[in-house]
Amino acid sequence: MKILVSAKRVTDPDVKVRVKPDGSGIVTDGIDYKVNPFDEIAVEEALRIKEKLSGEVVVVGIGPKEATKEIRSGLAMGADRGVLVITEENLDPITVASIFHKIVEEEQPDLILLGKQAVDGDNNQTGQILAEKMNVAQACFASEIELAEDQKTAKVTREVDGGFDHVEVDLPAVITADLRLNEPRYASLPGIMKAKRKPIKEIELSAMGIDSDPKVVWHGFAEPPVRKAGIMVPDVVTLVAKLRDEAKVI
Amino acid sequence: MGNVLIIAEHKDGKLKKGSLAAFTFARQVADKSGGEFHALILGKDLGAVAEEARCYGAAKVHVADDESLSAYMAESYALVAMQVAKDMGAELVGATSTAMAKDMMPRLAAKLEAGMASDVLGVNDDGHFLRPVWAGNAIVAVEIKTAVKAVTIRGTEFDPVPKGDAGSELVTVAVSVDLGSLKKRFLQFEEVKSERPELTEANVIVSGGRGTKGDEGFKLLEVLADLLGAGVGATRAAVDAGWVPNDLQVGQTGKVVAPDLYIAAGISGAIQHLAGMKGSKTIVAINKDEEAPIFSVADYGLVADLFKAVPEMVEEIKKAKA
Repeated sequence: MKILVSAKRVTDPDVKVRVKPDGSGIVTDGIDYKVNPFDEIAVEEALRIKEKLSGEVVVVGIGPKEATKEIRSGLAMGADRGVLVITEENLDPITVASIFHKIVEEEQPDLILLGKQAVDGDNNQTGQILAEKMNVAQACFASEIELAEDQKTAKVTREVDGGFDHVEVDLPAVITADLRLNEPRYASLPGIMKAKRKPIKEIELSAMGIDSDPKVVWHGFAEPPVRKAGIMVPDVVTLVAKLRDEAKVI
Repeated sequence: MGNVLIIAEHKDGKLKKGSLAAFTFARQVADKSGGEFHALILGKDLGAVAEEARCYGAAKVHVADDESLSAYMAESYALVAMQVAKDMGAELVGATSTAMAKDMMPRLAAKLEAGMASDVLGVNDDGHFLRPVWAGNAIVAVEIKTAVKAVTIRGTEFDPVPKGDAGSELVTVAVSVDLGSLKKRFLQFEEVKSERPELTEANVIVSGGRGTKGDEGFKLLEVLADLLGAGVGATRAAVDAGWVPNDLQVGQTGKVVAPDLYIAAGISGAIQHLAGMKGSKTIVAINKDEEAPIFSVADYGLVADLFKAVPEMVEEIKKAKA
């Protein structure tokens, strides 16, 4: 079982980003980068499948040279090797899906496991576009994945509005990971040491022969509207009185 | 932009309220462009929904009513939607951002070779789509350069279209989906039944976080919620801990809500959570920690232990209502 996973380099999800005063972007000075949390879940799931069925887990990253760090995080968790597509550009989901498609054609994985969304762009598009490009099935927002014994199909539980959607997909397929698919492991010290020797293949985006002309372009950023400051109330009696008489919501 | 096609969702023979927000968006866009706004509904036995859908100002309502569409799958729905979009000359396809739309719209966009903007809040004078990024801590103006464009829109940003006369023309879509070719089989939908309103449709929401410590705390919140006719929400931490189902998650990676009243109990106010609720009209925060960031967005803050404060609130509200 060969599984392709993503490890997108994103700004630390726990840090509140600010918009640059001129609106040209967000302030990145002093901000740490981490693996997109949903990608981490995807990596973990791939490792669990590999541990059960044996096989290979390939971690793909797209970004500047520094994005090697996020691939190494995946390798330290236990993935086998990495692919880094080098670019300084902010890519739209169509281009990202095209890059993955190209790598899929080369690597011929049995399964592609991606995070359902990246917590910077919040697009939630890449997996779906990739599935369409590959002309395979998609199973997005997975909370459970069960591979058939013959490894030709997978049963996936999707957490959606109002309940659980159970589907079966033929492999290869694109599955995107939701929060409750698993709890990602921490890399062990030996894992981190081993990861340093695992191979990462580097490819320049410009050498991939992909149309990377952006179809969706970001033109400027603004701060979201700020809420008016509220008040503190001393006790429940006051709170309920305010809600009834002032806000008129109960 | 010319013609607009909105894919509307329905449940139990009725259009979902959320979809009416996308209709409003579509009418705004179509009014500006001079194009037509059409709606598409997909499923099986759609007679009643189709009649209802005629009442919201669409020029045409396309009805794809077929056995093969009885269960939702992105692959089959996107296939049919693509055909309708092409036939009616859609330059913009859209839907309100729901679990289904998030799943299907990017696939439909790819079929139409359309660039897509997710969770759109509005359109600026340049025709660029405004949307939140980085958990809503920045709003970016997005230009889509493809001939056909796709969007999901944030339901809380557009008032639902009021119901009018049944004026839209109904168009029957000739559906030919070969389910055997989809490489995917629908097995079963396991509905999680709840008497409480869905989060995106609730006027009041009572939400809990880590401070609820699990079942015990959520039970208290449920009592308050039921008294107020409210939906129950949760933070990612509470969902992650397995205390409540994922579809109760409010935040960046869950649902975005904007009820009249949002009561956050035992919620610290991580940026991921604030992203999903700071558009609420009135926000109440109850937290033991007076430094909790949730207080920065609250209209009314109460520093208290929710295990004491929530039962007290129930008593006080009962008194107030009596």
